[in-house]
This record gives sequence, C-alpha cells and structure tokens, in this order.
Amino acid sequence: MTIPASSNTFGGRASPWVSRIAMAAVHFFILVIFLQNVTVDTWSAVVGLLFAHLYSVVALTYWSKIERTAAGDTVIVTVTLEFVLMAAIFWERASAWPWSTLFGLAMVQICAFAAVKYWKDLRQAPASAWFGLIVILIYVMVAATAPIIAPYGETEIVGSEYDVWSNKHLLGTDNLGRDMFTRLIYGGRNTVGIAFTTTLLAFLIGGLTGILAAAVRGWLDQVLGRLVDVLMAIPSFIFALLILTIVGTSIPSLIMVIAVLDATRVFRLARAVSMNVVVLDFVEAASLRGEGLWWLIRSEILPNILPPLVAEFGLRFCFVFLFLSGLSFLGLGIQPPTADWGSMVRDNATLITYGDITPLLPAAAIAILTIGVNFVVDWFLHKASGLKD
Amino acid sequence: MTDATTDSQSRDKKGGIILDMHGLRIEGRSDEIWHEIVHGVNVTLRRGEVLGLIGESGAGKSTIGLAAMGFARDGCRISGGSIMFDGVDLAKASDDSLRQLRGSRIAYVAQSAAAAFNPAHRLIDQYCEAPVQHGIMPRSEAESDAIDLYHRLRLPEPESIGFRYPHQVSGGQLQRAMTAMAMACRPDLIVFDEPTTALDVTTQIEVLSAIRDIVRQFDTAAIYITHDLAVVSQMADRIMVLRHGNLIEEGETRGMIEDPQKEYTRDLLAVRTFRKELSDEPDAEIPLLRVQGVSAAYGKVPVLHNVSMDIHRRRTVAVVGESGSGKSTMARVITGLLPPSQGAVYYDGQPLAPSHRRRSKDDKRRLQMIYQMPDTAINPRQRVRSIIGRPLEFYLGMRGEDRDARIMQLLEMIELDPDEFIDRYPGELSGGQKQRICIARALAAEPELIICDEVTSALDQLVAEEILKLLQRLQDELGLAYMFITHDIATVRAVADEIVVMLQGEVVEHGPKAEVLSPPHHEYTELLLSSVPEMDPDWLDNLLVERSDQPA
Repeated sequence: MTIPASSNTFGGRASPWVSRIAMAAVHFFILVIFLQNVTVDTWSAVVGLLFAHLYSVVALTYWSKIERTAAGDTVIVTVTLEFVLMAAIFWERASAWPWSTLFGLAMVQICAFAAVKYWKDLRQAPASAWFGLIVILIYVMVAATAPIIAPYGETEIVGSEYDVWSNKHLLGTDNLGRDMFTRLIYGGRNTVGIAFTTTLLAFLIGGLTGILAAAVRGWLDQVLGRLVDVLMAIPSFIFALLILTIVGTSIPSLIMVIAVLDATRVFRLARAVSMNVVVLDFVEAASLRGEGLWWLIRSEILPNILPPLVAEFGLRFCFVFLFLSGLSFLGLGIQPPTADWGSMVRDNATLITYGDITPLLPAAAIAILTIGVNFVVDWFLHKASGLKD
Repeated sequence: MTDATTDSQSRDKKGGIILDMHGLRIEGRSDEIWHEIVHGVNVTLRRGEVLGLIGESGAGKSTIGLAAMGFARDGCRISGGSIMFDGVDLAKASDDSLRQLRGSRIAYVAQSAAAAFNPAHRLIDQYCEAPVQHGIMPRSEAESDAIDLYHRLRLPEPESIGFRYPHQVSGGQLQRAMTAMAMACRPDLIVFDEPTTALDVTTQIEVLSAIRDIVRQFDTAAIYITHDLAVVSQMADRIMVLRHGNLIEEGETRGMIEDPQKEYTRDLLAVRTFRKELSDEPDAEIPLLRVQGVSAAYGKVPVLHNVSMDIHRRRTVAVVGESGSGKSTMARVITGLLPPSQGAVYYDGQPLAPSHRRRSKDDKRRLQMIYQMPDTAINPRQRVRSIIGRPLEFYLGMRGEDRDARIMQLLEMIELDPDEFIDRYPGELSGGQKQRICIARALAAEPELIICDEVTSALDQLVAEEILKLLQRLQDELGLAYMFITHDIATVRAVADEIVVMLQGEVVEHGPKAEVLSPPHHEYTELLLSSVPEMDPDWLDNLLVERSDQPA
C-alpha cells in the first residue's frame, strides 16, 4: 500500500526540521515541569501531562493545516522558544506553577499561529485595531501566567495598610496590606475570565434561541419572545441581586445569572437580524431541498448574521464587565479574598480623598480593555461589511 | 421638441451646449489598487437633448451618468478630464458649489425608486425638500407645483397621491413620482439611470411616455441610461454605445438603429433573435406535472382561482403575466411552499403532498427551482464548491473525490472554468455567473423538472441570452422539462413550446406557442404583446396613438 497522504500529517513534507525540533523541545520542557511535580501532587501532574500531549497533537495538526511561509515558521518557532527561555530563566516559578506555564505557552502559540495565518489582514489593519489587539494580547498573557509574573501571592499580606508606591511594592499595598500590583494581576485573571465566560455563555444561549425563534416562527417564537419580555421587564441589576441573594454568590451561579440576563438582549438582536436572512431565497432553496433545522441555522443563517453578533459581543463583553464590577462593588459579586477589579476600587476608595490615584488603577484597567476590545470589533465589522476605505 | 417651450422660463433655446465632458477618466479602487474603469470618454449634451447611454453592466454607464453631476461613488474617483456644466468645471468644483447645483440644476432618477425613496416620509415631503432647501420656492408653492407635475405625469389622484407613503403606491407610480421630484427645481439636466428596468412591460410604457412628455414639455436635457436598446430608441435623440469604459459608437438614434457601424452594436441589436427550434408535440403519455383546479390564498387574500395546466417531459411551458398575476404563487404551490386551498398537483400521475415538508426526498430532488435574483438565491458566505456540492451530498450521498469530480463536471456543463471558479465566493462572481451557479445547483440534484422564476430579468440582455441558450442546450442534452415564469414576451418567444397567460390569478389563455402568439388573441395577451418595446424609434408614438384611438 502506498502512503501518499501520511507524509503530510504532522507538518510533514512542508515542515522544516527546525519546527519539529522546536515542537519536540517544548514538549520535553513541559514534560520536565510536570514530572517535577509528580512527587508533590501526582494526579495534577498526570492530568497535566495528558493535557500537554493533547495540546501538542492539536498544535501540530493545525501547524500542518495553515498555509505557511518560511517567515511564518520562523515567527512561530522563535516565539515558542523565547517563551521556553523565559520560563527556564524563572525556572523556580515556572515549575511551581506548571499549569500557568502550559497555558502561557498555549496562548503564545495560538497568538503566533493566528498572526501568521491572518498576517495579510493584520498588515492592513488600522492603528486602532493594532492597539486593541496588543492590549488584548497583554491582558491574555498576564491572565494566563498570573502566578508566575506576580511578585507575591494573591491573598498574601505583605506589608502595612495603604503603603505608598515603592520598589518593594510597585503600586503600594491595599487596605489589608496586600500588594496592589499582585492583586491587579490576579484581578485581571478573575474578572476577565469570568466576564469572557459569561459573555460567551450569553451568546450561546441567546444567539441559538434567537436564530431558532426566527427559523421556526409560530408558537416557539411566541413562547421564547414572551419569556424574554418577562425577564427584560424586571430591571436587570435588581433581578441579579435578588437571584444571587437566593442562590448564593458562588462563581458558577454568578456566571449563570448574568449570562441568562444578558442572553435576553442577545436573543432580541439575533432574532431580528435572522428574520432578515430567513426570508432570502437561499434559505428557501435550502428548506425546499429538505435540509434540517440545524443545517439552516448553522450553514445558512449564522454565517450571514455573524457581523452584527460580533459587534454585539464586544459591547456585551464590556457591559458584563461593568455589571460584574458593579455587583462586586455592592458586595454580591466575586467574593473576597479573591482579587477582583470592582471590589478593589471599593476597598481602596478612601485613598481617593487623599489624592492618591491607586484605587483608580483597576478602573483604568477595565476602561483600557473595554476600549481595546471595541477597537478590534470595529475593525472586524469594517472588514466583514466589505468596506475598503 | 423645439416647439415645447412651456415653463422653460428664461433659459437658452435648445442648441447651446449645457454639458461637455472631455477626456473623462474615472478610477475605482479594489484590492488596494486604483484601476481605471472609464478610459477617456467625451460626452457633449445640448439643451433639450436626450442622450442615451447603452451597454452591458460594467460598461461604465452609471459611472459616467453620475460623473455628469460631478459625483463619484464610494471607492471611485474622477482622475482626469473635465466636466463643464454651463461654464463650471464640476471635476474641480468645491463640494459647496456642487451641492448648490445638485437637485436644483442637475437631478438624478435612480433605477429602483422603491429603494431611493425614504420609506418614513410622504412623497410630497420628499418632493418639497429640494426646492425649499435650495430656496427656490416656499413650501406651499412647492406643494401646488408637485400636484401640477403629478397631473402632467398622469399619476392617479394627483391631488392626494403626494400624501401617501412610498409603500402605498405601485412601482410604476413611484418611478413617476421620482421623476416629478427630479423635475421639482426645473433642472437643466436630468440623469435617468435605468428608470424602467425593474418594471414590467405594461407599466414600462406608462413610465416611458410620461418621462418623455415631461422632458419635452420643459425642454430639459437628459441622459438616459439603459441596457435595453429598444427602450432607448424611444427616448433618445442620440445614442452612445459603451463597453468596458470605452466609447464604441455614437450617432443619431435613427441612424444607429438602421445602420450600426460596429460589430458590438450589431450584437446588441441582434440580441433578441435567439429562437428555439420547436420540439415535437407532446406524447399522449401522462404529463410530468399536472396542476388541477388549484386555488390558493395568502391568509384571506385569494391569489389563484381554479388554475390548471400540464407540463410534459422535454417541454418548456412559459407562464406569462404582469406582476401580481399569480405566476410566482403558482410556483410556490407546485414546490409546496404554499399548500393550495383547493385542487392538487400531480407528478407523473401521482399526487404530490400539498406541503413540501411532507414530500419525500426524491420528490424534492426531481423538482428544482431557479430564482429571479441570483444575488439572494445563493448564500454569500458559501464557496461555489459547497453551494453545488451540497445537493450532491444531500440527495445522492456523494462524498470526497466523487463529489469534487462531479462539481467540476457541472461547472464545465454551465461553461465556467472549474479550476478558476470552484473556490470562489458569490461576491466574486458577476450576475450572469451567479445565475449559472444557481443552474448548476439545480442540475446537481439531477432533476426532471426545473421551475425558472424570471431567471433572466435581473440580467443584461447579452448575458440573459447566453443563459437562455445554456438552458436550451441543457434541455436538449438532459431531457429536462422547464416551467418558465416571465413577464418578458421576448423570452417567451425564444424558449417556449407552450404558453400559459395569466391575469389576476386566472389562466386567460393557454396553448402551443404558435397558437397563442398569432391572432386572434385574448385582449390581455394582445396588451402584453403590444407592450414589448421594438427597435423602431416611432414605435412608442404609434402605439400611443393606436391605444388612444380605441377606448380602454
């Protein structure tokens, strides 16, 4: 039997030897990091190893699928090796937090892959989009590798209360004497992570039901529509406070409550834009062909309503962010001692009276990310709408 | 034309040059590079003269028409030449001075009046906007003027029609209201951009004669853009034939129609000559599709009344009638989108389920449809490969290489280069190419009957003829039956074996082509037939005289 196709799997013929060696090196590195932990925490090390293997397989498969140039390969390999080098320099920290190292590596590689694949588009992107992308990249990297780059522990009390900015505590300390810089880094991880998960969930629920309502019409549309009306009739902040008081403020319930409340807005948008697409001839042609509902939703409608949904995603993400911070400020959001930007503003608010801007830093972190996300969404919309200038 | 001096105020007589575009070059931007799309065209227009611009889509007609207003679309720019309008060079004029001219001295009538009107305002409000804005007359005067123009344009209920919203009047009326709007400031020049293309023949006549009369009455110079040589020969004093942004031929209308100099012009003139060879009489066998006593309604509004017709294998049945006559509803009943309230549809002698949801996959496969607007009939986010490949997968279970080979075959069948087109998105195709993809998608299902719903009406004539030839070739090769829905008699003459004439949801005449097209006609058939523009510059005049002689 001849094996013409097999040479192409895993990078194959087109892949230069550097890429294979780089990938092997990374694999080996992660192996060592997790093996170090076997003595401390066997299960986590085993799961981590499996995960690392899985990731390598996915990365290599993807590697062979994107259209590559020598320059692209060099970028991916260099970025990967640089990360490994950094982790090797901070060996103690990297081996103490193997999961963060793995996630950091995954992020670095995903970004490099994406950059190589979409380089053509990226090169033409306006400065604002670049700003947004870099902001998001920084936030993502910081969130992924928080324990490695943070100088102290998240809840560790390391000094006196309200210490000033110094070499020891870059941004001073907070009301309990915890390092502000460290808290800011961990806060990014918690707040951004939860906000992103919530928004994604809201879009899954709202988007899917919205398209479904538009595609099926009739009673389903009516039932879903009225249900959403009822949910929207109650001021969402009050409603969230009410539910959270009942079910308690664990992070999963926080995510679920906000996601469901936000899904109502997404439902309305998804339904409205889908309505415009459902009446077009190609949807009629597909249903005459006998296609099922799932095909209609996934292949005919969804690709055509993606641009407005993505725009809404950017906005919604920011709203969820503010919603979360608002809840935290009122004490019903992410619970202490977990670091969170919203409650950090509240805890240190007294400092503002002394003319210290430190409590505004978490607020600024929220603002900058919000702007960055919207710049990127604007750019995407501009491209999707086919406007050239 | 020279004797029409009513209202022309203190303007120069016909003869003075009003517009002189010299060496006009326009560039369009795509893929970050500027490409020239109009290559140095000269256009001169005298007062009171009507100039016809004709050519296929992409010839640069509309671009030149807009340039006459000193305007370039988004992503376009005027890169060379001069546009002298009454002594001012519009190519160099400031935005402010252009704004002064537009609407007051130069006006524009767009192809789709329905899209050009703002649906949120009443017609008369939109009419008054320009004269009031330009400070030419106060609102009250503008309103009475509007009513006067509505009279002249023979709009029904001219006193009150202005107080309706755009969706409350028909397409033909809207197009005339738009012409009135363009006339509001008594401009020196009006640019008509395919004003009748979206209308059916019977309405087209009303709009054409209304436009022509009003232009003559006010002695306005006009640029009339169209791809229909027969239409332009009714309207224009002089014709310019354009292709790919170049001037092919220019001349007086009569001279050009009678004795075209260039090959391309002759092609345009000859476009309606395609005729199908008549096929044999149908065998006495069971018809492939039989519609029996079908009535149908949208909600409570009845649309079809007891309609019956047969379609035999290898035959083309043309269904003709103006918009609203129930042609497309008939197609919806046959495909099962609209279950009939009475009667039934039989396929090969077997009754078809009224709703398409209840029909078997095989029933659906054998009956395919091609739509009027290729732009909306294919998913803009799918590549040609998946558009054509999907029916292959779905109906015939083809996968992988089998499927790709068949897609290639189908692309060859519709005369598109497989390697070049298979991975394109619809946005990268022209209108004619999109329609070919729609045909390929229908063919992929290996159907026996294809319903063609106005498949050529959104296309240029040259392209339309190629599509008709393609469909004909496919019928000969694959033995397909067609149900051809159209309002264009020329198409019917070209392709039909049998004709069904519909009016207000009823069949008024049906039979073999020769029988229906030769007298004596049903009076409605007569009206349809006589409304098709002919290549004779006197046709409209003669027709109007003829029609005014006999009481309606």
